[in-house]
Amino acid sequence: MSSAKFTAKSTGLWEFVNRYAMVILAVLLLAVIPLSLGIFRLGLAAKYLSFGFCAVGIVLIWGYGGILSLGQGVFFGLGSYMMAMFLKLEAASNADSSSSTALSAFFGQAGLPDFMSWNSVEKLPWWWEPFHHIWFTIPAIVILPAALAFVLAYANFRKRVGPVYFSIITLALSGIMAIMIIGQQGYTGGINGITDFKTFLGIDLDLDNAKVVMYYVTAGLLLLSVFIGRFILKSRLGKVLVAIRDREDRVRFSGYDPAMFKAFIFAVAAVFSSIGGAMFTMQVGLASPSLVGIVPSIEMVIYAAVGGRLSLVGAVYGTLVVSYAKTFFSENFVQYWLYFIGALFVIVVMFLPGGLASLMDKFRSGKKQVENLKSPVGKKLESETQ
Amino acid sequence: MNFDMLAMQAFTGLSVFTILMLMALGLAIVFGLMGVINMAHGELMAMGAYTTYGVALLFETYFPNAMGVYFLIGIVLAFFVTFAFGYLLERGLIRFLYQRPLDTMLATWGLSLILQQIYRQFINAKEVEVPTVAWLQGTWQATETLSFPLSRIFIIGLAIVTSVLVYLLLFRTRWGLRIRAVTQNRAISGAVGINTERVDAFTFALGCGLAGIAGSSFTMLASTGPVTGQAYIVDTFIVVVFGGVESLLGTIASAFLIGQMQSWFEFFMSGSMARASILLLVIVVLYFRPNGLFATKVRR
Repeated sequence: MSSAKFTAKSTGLWEFVNRYAMVILAVLLLAVIPLSLGIFRLGLAAKYLSFGFCAVGIVLIWGYGGILSLGQGVFFGLGSYMMAMFLKLEAASNADSSSSTALSAFFGQAGLPDFMSWNSVEKLPWWWEPFHHIWFTIPAIVILPAALAFVLAYANFRKRVGPVYFSIITLALSGIMAIMIIGQQGYTGGINGITDFKTFLGIDLDLDNAKVVMYYVTAGLLLLSVFIGRFILKSRLGKVLVAIRDREDRVRFSGYDPAMFKAFIFAVAAVFSSIGGAMFTMQVGLASPSLVGIVPSIEMVIYAAVGGRLSLVGAVYGTLVVSYAKTFFSENFVQYWLYFIGALFVIVVMFLPGGLASLMDKFRSGKKQVENLKSPVGKKLESETQ
Repeated sequence: MNFDMLAMQAFTGLSVFTILMLMALGLAIVFGLMGVINMAHGELMAMGAYTTYGVALLFETYFPNAMGVYFLIGIVLAFFVTFAFGYLLERGLIRFLYQRPLDTMLATWGLSLILQQIYRQFINAKEVEVPTVAWLQGTWQATETLSFPLSRIFIIGLAIVTSVLVYLLLFRTRWGLRIRAVTQNRAISGAVGINTERVDAFTFALGCGLAGIAGSSFTMLASTGPVTGQAYIVDTFIVVVFGGVESLLGTIASAFLIGQMQSWFEFFMSGSMARASILLLVIVVLYFRPNGLFATKVRR
């Protein structure tokens, strides 16, 4: 896979790590973490992993597609809110699971989510109705973000909107989404988000067993996403994608439609984010506008940047490292968190554009690789670490 | 709806426009002429606002008699502080990233987070207010029923003066000539003896200085907090992109349009929904005019 030159010494271990990166990640996620962490920390790890979906998607679109999306929070939020709507409706129709249902029942609005009653919304809006059914919700979590992302990206890329413009458009979209959710309190729960639900298909989500199962589902889905990403990148489609990133004009002149490829990969990343959002909501019990807006959307990019924008596996590590740091800071000295993450943005971009994965490349080849700062992404394909 | 209400509504739009324009002008210089995306632009605006606040405090303690002129000094000082900061920023960070516009966004975003925390920790975590000087309190009674706050009229005047100065600087001075030359063809400009690096630093600093002026005038309309800048940054980007990146006149026109839309939409719906629908509208317009409303047609 890699054409980095072997030097006789000190390469054995790193070569091994590189070759079996996927296996090592699987062992870490499926065995080491669940066996070594208590149930509370395991829940945290699962929460981090749900952001990992976004980071994996960002590696696909940014590292390999050259599209910097500052709006992955939109898709994360879509998945998160769709899952929350389903859970909320279940909670509202299930008299035992929610204390506030008694109140709604008293007002003669059984089956209506509590925050709607508080905001004097009398009737369930039509677009909430289908989310009574799990067999609508789950396909919707996959299909809706994919369709939205594809249409948005295809329309823009067909018009040859440049990368910077597209970034700003995605940035504006995440702003719009947060504003709309906060503004339409009666329908979306507003700034508080949608919360206070405890069961999924009748299973109590607070039980330890349920948490362990959800962790494994999240980890499994994340590994599947990484695997799908690898598959796409190794396929011919992946090669065209990289070609578009490096020389879009030439690809276009060769008869390809770059917009179609870019829109496809953007849709894939959107689906990943949406699944991450859905898993997040199930585990944390919350869908909130604070995970949708501009700040969280850009934060997701740093996960991928720290892990390495060219490394799908690295994105997961990057997410774990940065999220863990966030928890560490907020538990110990919260006022330094912004300094830390701010410095991280600057330092990674300036000194380590390839992220942690490129650090490993340096070890692996036994010497410092020359970073081509002008196009760190384009020139480093041979040594990519997946 | 009668004439007075129409006029009031248009005037409100005009004041939104001035702030947007002052912000966007700086951003358009940095983004349009240099291709650099400065996500910390909002924080530079806050820096200008805080500088004005600092000058106000200074005058209150030491020269209470001269409070009348503090604001003018505040504006000038805000410009120079942000100008200097912008210069250092360009030399220390931005110049290494010219070839990587997307990475510049991330690095400056990181910087903006750091600045926010500095404001929060060392200045004030709460929002600060700047006293309005005596000669800007009160209103101008245009007709019997129509009155405009003097401070807003002053800001409009300031915006006009600033944009004229920027125009003169860019199109009537040696420096402007160099800036435009470097924008058009960096290699040839270097070959004919223009110090392109110095021009870059100067241009970037100028854009930052304009943000400082915007922040300074912003203090008259609202209080300043650590996240004030972040609240405005997306709108400002949208103004620049909507107007067409390479055209300063386009930036002004688009700031005017968006300012007016903001004011009129708020008439019909809540403020946040107005913002959301404007952003959405701009995205739709960008689909039809991908290079902005006033972009010159170029073959790409």
